[in-house]
Amino acid sequence: MKSLQLALTSLKRDWRSGELALIAIAVVIAVTSLTSVGFFTDRVRKATEQQATELLAADLVLRSREPIPSPIREAALEQGLTATQTLSFRSIVVHGDNMQMAEAKAVEQGYPQRGNLRTADELFGPESITEHIPAPGQAWADARLLQSLDLRVGDRVDIGAAGLTVTQVLTYEPDRGGDLFNIAPRLLMNMADIPETELILPGSRIDYHLLLAGDSGDSAGITGFREWFENRGYENIRVQGIRDARPELKTALERAEQFLGLAVLVSIALAGLAVAMSAQRYALRHFDNCAIMRCLGAEQGLITRIYFIQLFILALVSAALGCALGYAAQGSLAALMAGLSKEALPQASLRPVFTGMATGLITILGFAMPQVMRLRRVPPLRVLRRDLEPLPLSGIATYGTALLALALLAPWQSGNSLLTAYTLAGIVVTLLLLALGARLLILALGRLRSRVGLSIRFGLANIARRSHLSMVQILGLGLGIMVMLLLTLVRTDLLDTWRDRLPDDAPNYFLINIQPEEVEKVRGFLKDRGRIDAQLQPMIRGRLTAINGNEVDPGSYGNDRARRLVAREFNLSWAKEMQADNRLEAGQWWSGNEVDRNLFSVEEGIGATLGIELGDSLTWQVAGREITGTVSNLRWVEWDSFHVNFFVVANPGTLEDYPATYISSFYIPDTHKELLIELVRNFPSITIIDVDAILTQVRSVMEQVVRAIEFVFIFTVLSGIVILIAAMQTTHRERIHESAQLSTLGASRGQILAGLIAEFVCLGLLTGILAAFAATVVEVLLAEYVFKMHIVINPLVWIIAPLASTLIITACGLLGMRSVLNTPPMTVLRRV
Amino acid sequence: MQAEQLGKQVTGPGGELTILHNINLELREGESMAVVGVSGSGKSTLLGLMAGLDVASSGRVLLDGNDLGSLDEDGRARLRNHRVGFVFQSFQLLPGLNALENVMLPLELAGSDDPQAQARERLAEVGLAERMYHYPSQLSGGEQQRVAIARAFAGEPRILFADEPTGNLDQKTAGQIIDLLFRLNHERGTTLVLVTHDPAIAGHCDRTVTLAGGEIVS
Repeated sequence: MKSLQLALTSLKRDWRSGELALIAIAVVIAVTSLTSVGFFTDRVRKATEQQATELLAADLVLRSREPIPSPIREAALEQGLTATQTLSFRSIVVHGDNMQMAEAKAVEQGYPQRGNLRTADELFGPESITEHIPAPGQAWADARLLQSLDLRVGDRVDIGAAGLTVTQVLTYEPDRGGDLFNIAPRLLMNMADIPETELILPGSRIDYHLLLAGDSGDSAGITGFREWFENRGYENIRVQGIRDARPELKTALERAEQFLGLAVLVSIALAGLAVAMSAQRYALRHFDNCAIMRCLGAEQGLITRIYFIQLFILALVSAALGCALGYAAQGSLAALMAGLSKEALPQASLRPVFTGMATGLITILGFAMPQVMRLRRVPPLRVLRRDLEPLPLSGIATYGTALLALALLAPWQSGNSLLTAYTLAGIVVTLLLLALGARLLILALGRLRSRVGLSIRFGLANIARRSHLSMVQILGLGLGIMVMLLLTLVRTDLLDTWRDRLPDDAPNYFLINIQPEEVEKVRGFLKDRGRIDAQLQPMIRGRLTAINGNEVDPGSYGNDRARRLVAREFNLSWAKEMQADNRLEAGQWWSGNEVDRNLFSVEEGIGATLGIELGDSLTWQVAGREITGTVSNLRWVEWDSFHVNFFVVANPGTLEDYPATYISSFYIPDTHKELLIELVRNFPSITIIDVDAILTQVRSVMEQVVRAIEFVFIFTVLSGIVILIAAMQTTHRERIHESAQLSTLGASRGQILAGLIAEFVCLGLLTGILAAFAATVVEVLLAEYVFKMHIVINPLVWIIAPLASTLIITACGLLGMRSVLNTPPMTVLRRV
Repeated sequence: MQAEQLGKQVTGPGGELTILHNINLELREGESMAVVGVSGSGKSTLLGLMAGLDVASSGRVLLDGNDLGSLDEDGRARLRNHRVGFVFQSFQLLPGLNALENVMLPLELAGSDDPQAQARERLAEVGLAERMYHYPSQLSGGEQQRVAIARAFAGEPRILFADEPTGNLDQKTAGQIIDLLFRLNHERGTTLVLVTHDPAIAGHCDRTVTLAGGEIVS
């Protein structure tokens, strides 16, 4: 009680005197940064779950090769769910003399339960969302079916014994999914027409789906039904929920969260540094108070409790404020991005508040408490001898606690412990290198002292004498300025280069199924009619059967992606030259005379996933024959170029004689879409795939990622600024005292001013040089390892950084010292 | 209070330095003693050792029968809180607390009942009833020292240590402060140890001990 009361009094007093403001601001920044990302990713996660339901077209899907027993449907309806059934099967669709194997899907009213169907009135016409399904007697065909059967809207097609009129072009169905190249064209029809087709016979291969959905937001109904169903033990019915759908989407989101989380971790680390610096100054200013309290009989435990409670309350209040600001900030972020997302994001949950509050507490306790703990050791004799100070903290106490705090916070920021460890190590190494750099620069500065005049010598002497503090200042300011540089100049360099890789004329259409004899004609057509210089690449399907003679077994891979990859056929290709958007990472590209050896070039990512290395021997099953060859190189592929690319490419001699179809990609502006219809008419067997929508999505995702990263780094800059102020404040009192002493000894105002300017300018230059160096190193590393591109070092960094830091430090410093220069020294000395 | 063969050595740049050597003193309850000597003679060090603010290198201090050297830091703090009062040359008020809060502090630390009422009483005794909500920076030197005296007597200490209590005050104010200090001391029967270099002030005490070079010379 006593300690609480004393802590509250002390808190009130310290708050009034502004001594706690910097600590509070730093914590508010850390928590705001954390919670804004927390709230935002929470909303995006919910939105993604909604998208996942769209990809299922329901909240839960039951799949079976047999009709799904009606009691199941009845049970679902009884439990308040809505249900609709679909069935799909492969069948030949006939139009006049043309026939095409298609994937027919019959649906009932209520399909899809989640998401929407989209249709167009004509091939490649504008699409629109529809709430309907094909009426009985009608069918909707996708572009590929229309192309391959030379159909037009209004034509009649036969499927089994039924005749249906095609009334719409089906452009999108939410639960289509799958591999673009592997699925048959689609015919969507009404369930009522199924008996008439006479295709549903015993032994027919049919997929029955029961699509279920609960009230929006009511996941309990779905969970309850799933439990009910799983307890019934239906062996032949598979169940698929949101979490089972699209694992790659989940992975992508998790990865985005990880990177944002790490950016937040950097902000927290910087905010922590600011907290530690402010707390050090705070502790210093409380030595006298603690000595008096100790003298009056306060026990060490009481001192600890008072300051602990004080910091605890400060942490709670600052963290709560941070949470509120975080919520507001994510709101503006979501508003900022509203134009990019088709639908409004769902509301955030309150979960980030918990992590925010905990972060506030851990940041203060981890970074400020070690400094403040010194106060318990203030000797009471200090009331008689002011020079007595408690022993400085050991390095382990200071940095160990801070690192522990960061390590405690890290798991919330990124589920990936390795990545977190790298980031933490990165922060520590950067700090150590900057500290070393600062130390060397300060030493070098010392050599200049004998060659300069009195005022400048005084300034340089100050930097050298307070070398430890100067180092901390350079470090703090340097980090802040480095982040600012990264955010402004470097960010622009990197992101522009990254964005430029996806040019406006990135291919928006793919052509597949081009027969070898059509290659030259198609190329000629595109060149003559559309002035398109298209590259056509051969595509051969093959299954990977052995690596270095060891049979490939999907079950032996721990990684989902690896299992999926080896379970299906690869699209292989062969080429003489490496594509322009590829880069050799290891090994050599083949020369023209290496036709007698079987050689493969493997994309490095898939190589890593499947454990394929340079020099390995790969065995493929292609068209019933086995081919074995050596991996002669590993390639990096710029997938976001949207050009046709292959995981595995062989040299010309290896696959040239195998049956291949050709594939191409090109860009056609909206105004020239009629060229596509003409292309279909001339080459009916070719299939055109529209990737415009995917491309738009990729572009908007890029924009979103850029904005999100920018947003998070704003907090890093803010932390940097707080470090700057904290660093200035640390030496402020000492500097005022010295200036007053100099003035007493007869130094003119001009001489003192010149000395101060010399000190600030030197500090600024050192800081700027170090920040420019660090920013350049980070830029090169990012370009090399993250963005995989060559970057031209921006010389502006080296001019702007020293200039900006000198200006900032000198302006801040002189502003703080203004009162001293204009006040009689006696007044200053008495005040100090 | 008893000091037996008290010594204090510190290690400085030039090796071991003896600040106090073989100090033997005894002070009975209610007695007042002045410690005088030139700067650097060891007056403040002796005060620090006797008040339990510092630990002796040799010998021992007994305060109310408690050997200060055998207590730990917190034990000495408790003893100070319950038995000892202080008045310093530089007042040593907490700048963030007003006069009333400063006087309340030792009472709150001791867990007294109604510390505010007691503190008000003490401030009234030193003539500051009208200024109890003023902060130290809003008070004159003399007034600050009155607050310090009120604080020193607040916990009803058995012994009071005063280190140059008038060192920062003009002559007239110094006189008033000394009068106040001795009046309260007399009224309460507190034992007093007063460090000063002013023989006139020392003259108010029952006896005077003179230090030179860390030893008692008279």
